[in-house]
Amino acid sequence: MAIEGRNITKRFGDFTALDDVSIDVPAGSLTALLGPSGGGKSTLLRIIAGLEAPDAGEVSIEGRDMAGVTPQERGVGFVFQHYAAFKHMTVRENVAFGLRIRKRAKAEVNRRVDELLALVQLKPFAQRYPSELSGGQRQRMALARALAVEPSVLLLDEPFGALDANVREELRAWLRRLHQEMPVTTLFVTHDQEEAMELADQIVVISNGRVEQAGAPGDLYDRPANDFVMNFIGPVTRIDGRLVRPHDLQLFVEPTASADEAVVERIVRLGFEVRVEVALADGQPVSAQLPRTEAEQLELREGDIVYVRATIGESASQPRPTTRFARPSSSHRSPAPTP
Amino acid sequence: MKSRLALRTVALGYLGLLLLLPVGMVFYRAFEHGLAKFFDALTTPDAKHAIGLTLLVVGIAVPVNTVFGIITALALERRSFRGRAVVERIVDMPFVISPIVVGLALVLVYGEQGWAGNALISEGIRVIFSVPGIVLATMFVSLPFVVREVAPVLREIGTEQEEAAQNLGASACQTFRRVTLPAIRPAVAYGVVLTTARALGEFGAVAVVSGHLQGQTETMTLYVQDRFEGFDVSGAYAISVLLAVFAMSALLGMTYLDRRRSRRT
Repeated sequence: MAIEGRNITKRFGDFTALDDVSIDVPAGSLTALLGPSGGGKSTLLRIIAGLEAPDAGEVSIEGRDMAGVTPQERGVGFVFQHYAAFKHMTVRENVAFGLRIRKRAKAEVNRRVDELLALVQLKPFAQRYPSELSGGQRQRMALARALAVEPSVLLLDEPFGALDANVREELRAWLRRLHQEMPVTTLFVTHDQEEAMELADQIVVISNGRVEQAGAPGDLYDRPANDFVMNFIGPVTRIDGRLVRPHDLQLFVEPTASADEAVVERIVRLGFEVRVEVALADGQPVSAQLPRTEAEQLELREGDIVYVRATIGESASQPRPTTRFARPSSSHRSPAPTP
Repeated sequence: MKSRLALRTVALGYLGLLLLLPVGMVFYRAFEHGLAKFFDALTTPDAKHAIGLTLLVVGIAVPVNTVFGIITALALERRSFRGRAVVERIVDMPFVISPIVVGLALVLVYGEQGWAGNALISEGIRVIFSVPGIVLATMFVSLPFVVREVAPVLREIGTEQEEAAQNLGASACQTFRRVTLPAIRPAVAYGVVLTTARALGEFGAVAVVSGHLQGQTETMTLYVQDRFEGFDVSGAYAISVLLAVFAMSALLGMTYLDRRRSRRT
């Protein structure tokens, strides 16, 4: 394990930020710390970096116990949520900072900084000041600065939190590629489950200072340990007192065994998928999600009566019963309009 | 349009009557008998001694209060400790206590009857009616300026840049020199200007502790009072003008340095 955290507890006054948290980050992985804001993710990151001392528990990095090791000596790269750019230094000076502190030879510093600026695509901006950069550029500068000292692990605190949606998308893809080229063990904090699913090969879900579940994105999605994880990782809907994924619901137009009668309230076309919002007999709303072609076959309209059933205990990879979308051919309605 | 003109007239009239006219009069009177007389008034032995003493006092009080001010501001904003609120209030004391009370307080402690003064005098060190007392009084009254300029800036810039520097391997000292100091530099500069102006112009506290010994413990402000009361008004005006020139050069010098630095950022 590149990073091991054991039974870490941290309190701020009466508030317990972390409560007996243990975490393993495999070497070379891209691991996400996922959870709602204020759940203790950033505190855990800061403890690993040595910026905060835990009240109990221990951290080791590459097998080395970090107790009493200063932030300077941990060999941890840290990218702050708001980048923490040195405002009075140029991009070049920012990236060179760690190397200059380490008193590396000038030629070596220049060569390494040039490499990194090329890597983060900031070469034309080397002489600019942080105030003259966009958010995405500042983020990449902060990343280059952290990578300059060749850290054994890289910690990113909400790396895309302060960026526009389209820039975020672009940087995500870029970070994924960067990690493939240069597989530094990376642990990043996010409250965006989509970001975690897309980027990480391991996700640790943290809420209220506790680890709810850790595992591969697919595992968490298909086998959530509890309702919280299920709720947090992807959409859910409640039927028969259970939480299920909207795409694990079957809709029938004819009465079917163990399916509940419901009225279609709204049909939302999301592009490839269609969300059908129905209300059960007792008025409880349930939302089902199905591919467009299947929805079209059902020819649903608002106000229609449908029968809804969860695919209990079936894993997502299993083929769904073909009867699922069966519909009598005697339909006199025209097909549902396509978006 | 009319109201704007009225506003301008009132503002300028106020500044003119209250500030420009009196100060202008001092300048006028200082030079009314020509430059030669002005320089004569500045170069009497007592005048030269007063100028030297004031520069000495400022030369000690300003650097000491600058260093102390930065350290105090760092302690207040970067460390949490018991009694932090008390320190905050103590720093502000010179703002609220009348300088003459400061002078009296120093006499109580360091004077011949004072507990510290007694011990020091038996060691041969004279504080009151001597240069050390003047330096102490000046430091006291000009103490809060750097702290009060620097502390809010430290709070505003936050700790992230400093943590980033530490994370990149910088020691506390390196972090301060390379990251914190450049960020607070304009505030320090402004604090230094205010401290200098206050130290140059201090009268009340210094008046109590100096004893007005001409050619020995007389600073420029005391010299001005002394000459004025002794009907040597040209001497009083000449030194007054020099005091103003010193204060303004400090302001201009710092503005210039500040601008040259901020052009880079």
